[in-house]
Amino acid sequence: MSLNCKDLLGLEHLDKKDLQTILDAVKPFKSLFTRSVKKAPTLIGKTVVTLFYEPSTRTRNSFEIAAKRLSADVVNVAVSASSVVKGESLIDTGKTLEAMKADYIIIRHSLAGAPDILARNLNASIINAGDGFHEHPTQGLLDLYTMYEKKKKIEGLKVLLVGDIAHSRVAKSNIWALAKMGAEVAVSGPPTLIPENIKDLGVKIYYDLDEAVKKADVVNILRIQLERQQENLFPSVREYVELYQLTKERLGKAKAGVLIMHPGPMNRGIEISSEVADSPNAVINEQVTNGIAVRMAVLYLLKKRKNASSN
Amino acid sequence: MRLQIKNIRIVDPSQNKDAVGDIFIEDGKIVSKFSGDGKFKIIDGSGKIAAPGLIDVHAHLREPGQEGKETIYTGTRSAAKGGITTVLCMPNTKPPIDNAPTVEFIIFKAQKEGVVNVFPIGCATRGSLGVELSEIGVLKKAGIVAVSDDGLPIMSSQIMRRTLEYTKMFKIPVISHSEDKELSKNGSMNEGKNSMILGIRGMPKQAEEVAISRDIMLAELTGGYLHLAHLSTEGSVDLVRQAKKKGVKITAETCPHYFTLTDDIVKVYDANTKMNPPLREERDVEAIKKGLADGTIDCIATDHAPHTQEEKNREFDLAPFGIIGFETMLSLVLNELVDKRVLSLSEAVAKMALNPAKIFNLESRGSLKEGSVADITIIDAKYSYEFTKESIFSKSKNSPFIGRKFKGGAVMTIVGGDIVWQK
Repeated sequence: MSLNCKDLLGLEHLDKKDLQTILDAVKPFKSLFTRSVKKAPTLIGKTVVTLFYEPSTRTRNSFEIAAKRLSADVVNVAVSASSVVKGESLIDTGKTLEAMKADYIIIRHSLAGAPDILARNLNASIINAGDGFHEHPTQGLLDLYTMYEKKKKIEGLKVLLVGDIAHSRVAKSNIWALAKMGAEVAVSGPPTLIPENIKDLGVKIYYDLDEAVKKADVVNILRIQLERQQENLFPSVREYVELYQLTKERLGKAKAGVLIMHPGPMNRGIEISSEVADSPNAVINEQVTNGIAVRMAVLYLLKKRKNASSN
Repeated sequence: MRLQIKNIRIVDPSQNKDAVGDIFIEDGKIVSKFSGDGKFKIIDGSGKIAAPGLIDVHAHLREPGQEGKETIYTGTRSAAKGGITTVLCMPNTKPPIDNAPTVEFIIFKAQKEGVVNVFPIGCATRGSLGVELSEIGVLKKAGIVAVSDDGLPIMSSQIMRRTLEYTKMFKIPVISHSEDKELSKNGSMNEGKNSMILGIRGMPKQAEEVAISRDIMLAELTGGYLHLAHLSTEGSVDLVRQAKKKGVKITAETCPHYFTLTDDIVKVYDANTKMNPPLREERDVEAIKKGLADGTIDCIATDHAPHTQEEKNREFDLAPFGIIGFETMLSLVLNELVDKRVLSLSEAVAKMALNPAKIFNLESRGSLKEGSVADITIIDAKYSYEFTKESIFSKSKNSPFIGRKFKGGAVMTIVGGDIVWQK
């Protein structure tokens, strides 16, 4: 069992079969977590580098733990945002890491396409850990897996994404994965944060959150970046809260067993109320646990390079 | 040198001519027959086409100041290889062309090291900052043929009005790269489905169309001469068509990539597909062709914009806008417009030679009439080749057309009676 690609750049490029392969591979890794020894020897002797051009604790730690549980050696490279502009080029940084015999490079970058550019110029396996407004494929996969685990199927599932769709790589990866697996995806947020042509991906748009939550089996709430207010995409946090916070009252309009998700980190009291975040419907912490198992599955499934020394 | 080109198909829209004949060149001019006896060189033109030398009204030669990208030496050789005999170069050099010494430097450099004619375009405003007018009279005297702030378009409607008004006395066009920079802010590609999927900030077509509307209205207000650069959208073509119908004094150009490519090819974040205005959608490509066919669009220019590999092979957002274009313009026109019957060969030649000469008052050029300067492009419609990176004469290789196969192109370029390039 493996994927027919050396890199994971986005879920756009995977098909239904690939996604099912990943979903099927997660469970055995997850079952490791409840054992006293949580390690598998899968990547013994392999080097995994995390290259993060944007601050992140959750995703980077998740990848680090996933790689370590597969017995890989892990190196974390933190790059300050300023060095992108004035320092070494992205490709040169990548080539340096490859010269150190990195087998996997996990990259987070503020600009879309940075992982694609590395993949085009390097032999190492590139995993996109979030690039600009493009994709965050492992987040999309862990959301997909969490829904699959709780609801047992994806086909026909009604999933609602709430918030800043235009600037969200999480939304994009969710939409690709869910649409390919046959879910019905809807989005809700102000028109300034929802690109019209998201419809071309088969997604329904609701500007009214109260209307949108009624039908949903799953509500995935996105983090709102406060800098969007400065771009005049919404007038104030107060108004955003009023229109788009998932509150207990709004949750009351939804189906009883509705699943509440959030990719984190949460702005409690802004896009989600604490009551909702801590409600029994919320699976936010399980998303984090699943994230490690999903990332182990991805590291395990990516096509191995033909010959590590051919470089 | 005296030259006779024999048995060649002469396509000269200035005389409505498309017939096989001979061309005689003496003292750098086209003559009906040689004066007196004496030696002359004969070129067999059978099976080939002679057109008036192509004039590219929109190019960046980068010298002075950015010689790592291009120089007048390399740029004019690249132009010659593409069958272009005259280049109008944009003023965003370092220093910018907003002073007479820079104009004179470029003209001198081109005479000394260049192989094709170079006419500078001056800054419309000092430093292209959009705040105060350049000394356009001084620049005109030094040799500019138009003014423009190109990629740094004049945002103030008042300054744009003054520019259009003031230039009237010099009878030179104001070239406008029409773009509302607020609407396109931070954008790197066309706004649409593809930008949404790729996660790249988009530049809506309306950023171009809003600015074109304003510029047309100001041309109407002032009676100044507006030349609109590189139309890329359906809406822009419609606006120009309406304005012309109304009698507003404007002309317009487009570039080969806007009638050939769509933003679908941005897909892999290849910065060689990044230019401004950006590649649009299929309906725009079709509208541009229609605009060329019905005469709404007067010229085809390259917007030749060389950038180094280091600048282009990086994060899409951080790479500069622009692609090179000298060496592919003619073949793209032949394959995408003439072969596909959008334009006749004669109409195509008019848009690359006759119309540019008229619009920019380039006397004795753009025509093969007796007495014209002997700038001639010899075309072989059967010349099949692949455009490879290795074959590029330009100092920069930033072209989305690398690897494309062409049928038809320039095989010889004659400037002022001298053969400056041949295959």
